[in-house]
Amino acid sequence: MTEFTSNQMTPKDFKSDQEVRWCPGCGDHAVLNSVQKALSELGVQKEKIAFISGIGCSSRFPYYMNTYGFHGIHGRASAIATGVKTSNPELSVWQITGDGDALAIGGNHFIHTIRRNVDINILLFNNEIYGLTKGQYSPTSGKGLVTKTSPFGTVEEPFSVGELVIGAKGKFFARTLDSNVSLSTQIYIEAARHKGTSVVEVLQNCVIFNDGIHDEIAGKEVREDRTVILRHGEPMVFGKKGDKGLILDGLKLKVVTLGEHGIAEKDLLVHDAFETNPGIHYMLANMRYPEYPVALGVIRSVPGHTYEKGVEEQINTIRKDAKIKCMDDLLNSGSVWKVS
Amino acid sequence: MGKNSKAIEREEVVIRFSGDSGDGMQLTGSLFTDTAALYGNDLTTFPDYPAEIRAPQGTVGGVSGYQVHLGHSEIYTPGDYADVLVAMNPAAIKANIKWTKPDGTIIYDKDNFTEKNIEKAGYISDPITEEKLEHYNIIAAPITSMVKEALKNFGLDPKTVIRTKNMFALGMVYWMFDRKLKHTEQFFDKKFASKPEVAEANKIALRTGYYYAETIEALIPIRVSPAPIASGSYRNICGNAATAWGLMAAAERAGLKLFIGSYPITPATGILEELAARKDLGVISFQAEDEIAGICSALGASFAGHLAVTSTSGPGLALKSEAIGLAVMAELPIVIIDVQRGGPSTGLPTKTEQSDLMQALYGRNGESPVVVIAASTPSDCFHFAFEAARIALEHMTPVILLTDGYLANGTEPWRIPAMADLPEIKPPFASEKELPYLPYKRDDKRLARFWAVPGIPNLEHRIGGLEKTVKGTVSYIPENHEMMVNLREEKVARVVEKVPDLTVSGEDSGDLLVVGWGGSYGYRVMAVRELQAEGYKISNVTFNYINPLPRNVAEVFSKFKTIVVCELNLGQFVNYLRMKFPEFKYEQVNKVQGLPFTVKEIKDKCLEILSR
Repeated sequence: MTEFTSNQMTPKDFKSDQEVRWCPGCGDHAVLNSVQKALSELGVQKEKIAFISGIGCSSRFPYYMNTYGFHGIHGRASAIATGVKTSNPELSVWQITGDGDALAIGGNHFIHTIRRNVDINILLFNNEIYGLTKGQYSPTSGKGLVTKTSPFGTVEEPFSVGELVIGAKGKFFARTLDSNVSLSTQIYIEAARHKGTSVVEVLQNCVIFNDGIHDEIAGKEVREDRTVILRHGEPMVFGKKGDKGLILDGLKLKVVTLGEHGIAEKDLLVHDAFETNPGIHYMLANMRYPEYPVALGVIRSVPGHTYEKGVEEQINTIRKDAKIKCMDDLLNSGSVWKVS
Repeated sequence: MGKNSKAIEREEVVIRFSGDSGDGMQLTGSLFTDTAALYGNDLTTFPDYPAEIRAPQGTVGGVSGYQVHLGHSEIYTPGDYADVLVAMNPAAIKANIKWTKPDGTIIYDKDNFTEKNIEKAGYISDPITEEKLEHYNIIAAPITSMVKEALKNFGLDPKTVIRTKNMFALGMVYWMFDRKLKHTEQFFDKKFASKPEVAEANKIALRTGYYYAETIEALIPIRVSPAPIASGSYRNICGNAATAWGLMAAAERAGLKLFIGSYPITPATGILEELAARKDLGVISFQAEDEIAGICSALGASFAGHLAVTSTSGPGLALKSEAIGLAVMAELPIVIIDVQRGGPSTGLPTKTEQSDLMQALYGRNGESPVVVIAASTPSDCFHFAFEAARIALEHMTPVILLTDGYLANGTEPWRIPAMADLPEIKPPFASEKELPYLPYKRDDKRLARFWAVPGIPNLEHRIGGLEKTVKGTVSYIPENHEMMVNLREEKVARVVEKVPDLTVSGEDSGDLLVVGWGGSYGYRVMAVRELQAEGYKISNVTFNYINPLPRNVAEVFSKFKTIVVCELNLGQFVNYLRMKFPEFKYEQVNKVQGLPFTVKEIKDKCLEILSR
């Protein structure tokens, strides 16, 4: 497992010599800064870090990191990252992906990596559009979205990333906004420290092909009223005035106003990211505006066995008492006869 | 156990065990094989079974067969025609009679020749009369009723009792060839250690069959004496196991961990299974969610500094092609094993073919050269898997190793090598001392780039599928792309340093050169030997290295009047040769029936050419 040691790293240490080629104003720039900040705070040696990506705008990310990096093929980053982490559990492995890369062409690898709980950190940049191919709808595009391949609006239901992660037995799911560097940094640090697959959905703005897609909840003016930042052990409070909260009303979440109908802070739900039962996490991850605020922060963080540890331990256990220790042993084992 | 004093001495014999896919014919055949090998015969086997685990009982489609060719001299093929056919039901007669010699022996379970089974096999009346088999040596044994009788006081359920009938048949064959039952009995003691009554039942069925054969006095005992074999330790091995072991041997000689990322697919699954069982040797096996994840996980492992392999068959190779392209571009070592089967699409999953050659050579987008190697016998899969890994690691390139369903499942005795006799493998690891590290800087001799493994300080770098400069910077500069395309091509061409020259079996010059690659080896060797013995000026040559080709191809070809290329496809290799060596004229022999060649088919074609 990755060792986190404190040393004097700065975000600059993680910048590569490559010119960043994302569009001016793209949300990816802020994500890059947040990740470099998080890594410097984590204190992982840069030679112990590998960034793996697929194809898409976000997948250019490894080129901009002064770490080990592998820019793969479309949709397959989870599989490549699984190979890297399983081969060398000492590495801190990060997968950079987008809504098309992870959920369309790479959907199969995405769910199975989560199911196995390989200890990698997946940052899923969700801009609800295909950017690199210049504007076609993605598996997270809202129903009815008009794009170049849906000129009359899509007729299909989008995926909700959190729902999919939890459905695939996901143990860590967080959501952040590209532009919120301090929240993002904190979340990336928690994702890195979590042992197992961590999925962070980054609500990211594509300034060219889907500009403002998250503004309804992420706009500066409305953000505080339309999102709730969940923190483990703290009541679920939100709003500009900090006067709104969430309670459980029967089997559903409900938005309440503190002070109204005798509701006090003690009545609000207290966030428990470590709860193994995914029921409440599922509801929180699926909250949509306008009925609910959209949940940000670490929604679910449940410890569990990791794949690469399981593989390593099994090999170590078997090797301890094995009769066959090298190829010569194997070659001469079992049904062997001598001809003289 | 009595000696068969009247036994007929034979140089070689072919036995085919056949029955319903639930009748245990594969086990029966492999137990016979082990016993014959321990006795000292040389042999080759060929299992032939349907894709369905349990095809409709009693039908021709559900017939499973296992052919063993054993001899007093060197055996190269599983044999064209059987001397002894064991048929557990009428469908087995229907499926196999054309592969049985006219003077052969047919042992069948007459209890299973019921009206219903006869009809299911597509016969109207008794198959023996209907097929006019009276001139064969026919042994109608009441196998089912005999095992029922022998085991009646055993308290076993009827199903278990019936299941032992294959051992009764095996017992009969053992008597016929004067073989000891000990090895097979030990097998059951081990296999059913926790169910001693089942072990005992099988042993009793085996012995009952043996004594039955002795009692009826209708079988002619045959003696096939041990073959003169080079001294050493031997074991039986099938192609898939040999492939897996060759890869492990390479990992050991390279001092690297072996990682296999694969998805189950017939007939390649045995490689993944074999490696998954070898945790004692530290193998990391990853059963991926699909073929693509199989190779991509392996590429991740290669990036992380392991010997990475993925195993598959034709349809899976198609799925992996984009990732093979990534390996070409990222210049990472990886071994891709394609156990070829009948295609296209799902095709004939359990049958053999050599029709993935063009896919292996060219089935990718862009200029995407890879090394292509083919094994030619079950046991030499070990050597070529080792070489595939050695080339991949020392030249930093993907290598495709082609085997096929026939090699994968076929077995033969194999002289066990000593690990110390295998060459050491030295991958070009990047050094921390030579900074800055440039990911696409190459060594002058092989043009291989240097392998910088994550975890080492100051060697941080980025690679990927986009075209790069030497420094690893993404580049769209036209001249850079062309230069890199040429370098990758030249790098693969320089692998020729590891490719041995072709060796001609027979005279270096003559009227006809028989050419082939991979699994058709044994059939060509036999056909050519027989024709040489008949006085023809004919020689044989086998290609194991397809890309790059050996250096002396033109020299070898130029000394023969005619060249004939034999392969189990419509002519993929011959067309490749026509492209590479257009100065020669080629004849061709092709077969696409999901079956290996027969010696006779190759001989007939050669004779036709020679008689012109």
